[in-house]
Amino acid sequence: MTAYAIELAGVHKRFGKTPIIRGADLQVRQGERVAVIGPNGAGKSTLFNLVSGRFGISSGAIRLHGERIDGLAPSAINRRGLSRSFQVSNLFPQLSVFENLRCASLWHTGARYAFWRSLARCTEANARAEQVLQQVRLGARRDDLAMNLTYAEQRALEIGVTLAGGADVVLLDEPTAGMSRAETRAFVQLIREVTVGKTLLIVEHDMSVVFGLADRIAVLVYGEVIACDTPEAVRADARVREAYLGSALAEQQTAEAGH
Amino acid sequence: MAAIGTSSMAPPWRGFVRPGPWAVWAAFALVLAVAPFVWNSGLGLNVLSQVGIAVIACLAYNILLGQGGMLSFGQAVYSGLGAYLAVHTLNRVAGGEWALPVSLVPLVGGLGGLGFAALFGLVVTRRSGTAFAMITLGLGELVWSMSLMVPEFFGGEGGISANRVVGAPVFGITLGPQHQMYGLIAVYCFVCTAAMYGLTRTPLGRILNAVRDNPERVEFVGYSTRQVRYLAFMISGFFCGIAGGLSALNFEIVTAEVVGAARSGAYLLFVFLGGASHFFGPIIGAVLMVLSLVLLSEVTPAWLLYLGLVFVLMVVYAPGGIASLLVANARVAAAGRLGRLVPAYLGLAAAGAIAFVGTSVLIELVYHLKLDTGAPSPTVFGMTLAPDRASPWIVGLVLLAAGTAALARAGARFRRDWDQVAGEIAGRAAA
Repeated sequence: MTAYAIELAGVHKRFGKTPIIRGADLQVRQGERVAVIGPNGAGKSTLFNLVSGRFGISSGAIRLHGERIDGLAPSAINRRGLSRSFQVSNLFPQLSVFENLRCASLWHTGARYAFWRSLARCTEANARAEQVLQQVRLGARRDDLAMNLTYAEQRALEIGVTLAGGADVVLLDEPTAGMSRAETRAFVQLIREVTVGKTLLIVEHDMSVVFGLADRIAVLVYGEVIACDTPEAVRADARVREAYLGSALAEQQTAEAGH
Repeated sequence: MAAIGTSSMAPPWRGFVRPGPWAVWAAFALVLAVAPFVWNSGLGLNVLSQVGIAVIACLAYNILLGQGGMLSFGQAVYSGLGAYLAVHTLNRVAGGEWALPVSLVPLVGGLGGLGFAALFGLVVTRRSGTAFAMITLGLGELVWSMSLMVPEFFGGEGGISANRVVGAPVFGITLGPQHQMYGLIAVYCFVCTAAMYGLTRTPLGRILNAVRDNPERVEFVGYSTRQVRYLAFMISGFFCGIAGGLSALNFEIVTAEVVGAARSGAYLLFVFLGGASHFFGPIIGAVLMVLSLVLLSEVTPAWLLYLGLVFVLMVVYAPGGIASLLVANARVAAAGRLGRLVPAYLGLAAAGAIAFVGTSVLIELVYHLKLDTGAPSPTVFGMTLAPDRASPWIVGLVLLAAGTAALARAGARFRRDWDQVAGEIAGRAAA
């Protein structure tokens, strides 16, 4: 049996005495798109921070392609092929759009800490940055500083920086947060394009995005994954209805996603 | 504000070259070569030599400050220890114990700076931000106190002296005359500047900018920020050490003040004044540093006070330093709109001059009263002031008040004109 791309087994996380993640189990297969949903405060962002190494876990195990990654530094996890985006755009504000993308691809094209070779000769990093630049449709803003981009452009660059390293496991934390309906629709299409062939784990509040993108949906409530199944099955799940989708808001969101 | 590394200069070696930049580097080399013929007095050569050394040190400092976002309060440790290693090496060479051309002694300083940066950097670069600054400050104090405790190495109060004329002349060059010493400094200055510019165009140089902008995200694109900081710290230490080694050769004496906090503070102050956000800013800072230390201190005993004033004004009104002011004005000039700002600039200059005369009258009067300078009466711009009479005080106060009021008006007008011109340029770029 091939290992899961990402596997969480009994993951606990406490901040002080407060348990945030309470025994989360999740398996994501290679090439699968899994959306993590749940009410506010369920621990979705914390879960991402644990998987990407931003925080250490209190107990349990996290595996990437079958190998333990809990306890590793974020950079070490990234080098193993896992990349994440941030809910609040987390860019290099005083560097140009192109430089942002190039920085994100330097390690993974072997340039590492080189101070003896010119960036102009890092052919692979340059090519990859150019390619991602086109993919996220920021070609026209290539040489503008990241801090001068519009909000939607920064969100696109955020995805670009996440992908430019070529990671095959991608975590997106609310990529469409704060976008208009029209922007969101275009953005979902963009995410679909740029993550072809990759394993995708995505936190999202917008149910149209969730039902439009995900192969499976994991429902996180009070730090536990109470269900992880196809969108149809999750919608029908009694526990999910009770815990989360039962709320009026969720009814409405489900209705919207249904058309 | 333009980011570091996006300027159009490029270093003069294969693979890096774009067509225009050669001219910049040729001009730089030409300035270094012609300067000693223009300022060929003893003082002139002395100042030029110190400028060449300061350029290396300030650029090295800016690898940390401007490019890596690391505020070091103790960079004199690396230039200073480099200077000590160089002077000891020179004495060993003179004593016949070691064989090394004198022209390579600055490299020993560089390796010394590198070695100490590698050692101290293990501690310093574990942290960033405020903690980094505090640790550099602490290490600076530590080395300073060591300099008093280990006179064998630091030479105590008298320092360590040496003679740079050692061994057979190479191509007739003994390095004895100051113009020959300047020549060596100029060569080092050019090569080190080119190398440090080259660094800004390498993977490490760019990721260092990324660490400055957003260290957290750097961790999530595969880099260890600590490793990046450590490497940058060592490279900065290396070039600081070269500057120290050159100064040991230049002065033929090294005293403990070269590792002191005042020196570290001067690096920070003048790099900031010159402009940390542009590669060439520290070069301006270096020139200002030497001119202040050598010339301004001759003009007035209160020179540190003036310097402090300028620094505060700069931090408040032009935090990008002189380099940023130049670049911003060059952009306006390129758009053909600098002429529109001339009246506003003239207003600023006139108001500033009035305020400045008032300020200096008061400073000199106070300084004369409080510190017995030995001079009969202070003079400001050729006017002799009588501190025991009321009239100069009144004149000073009136000038300062009038100048400040005029500056407020001129500043408002300048801001209005500048915003208008900047808006037009931005609008044209967008269209």
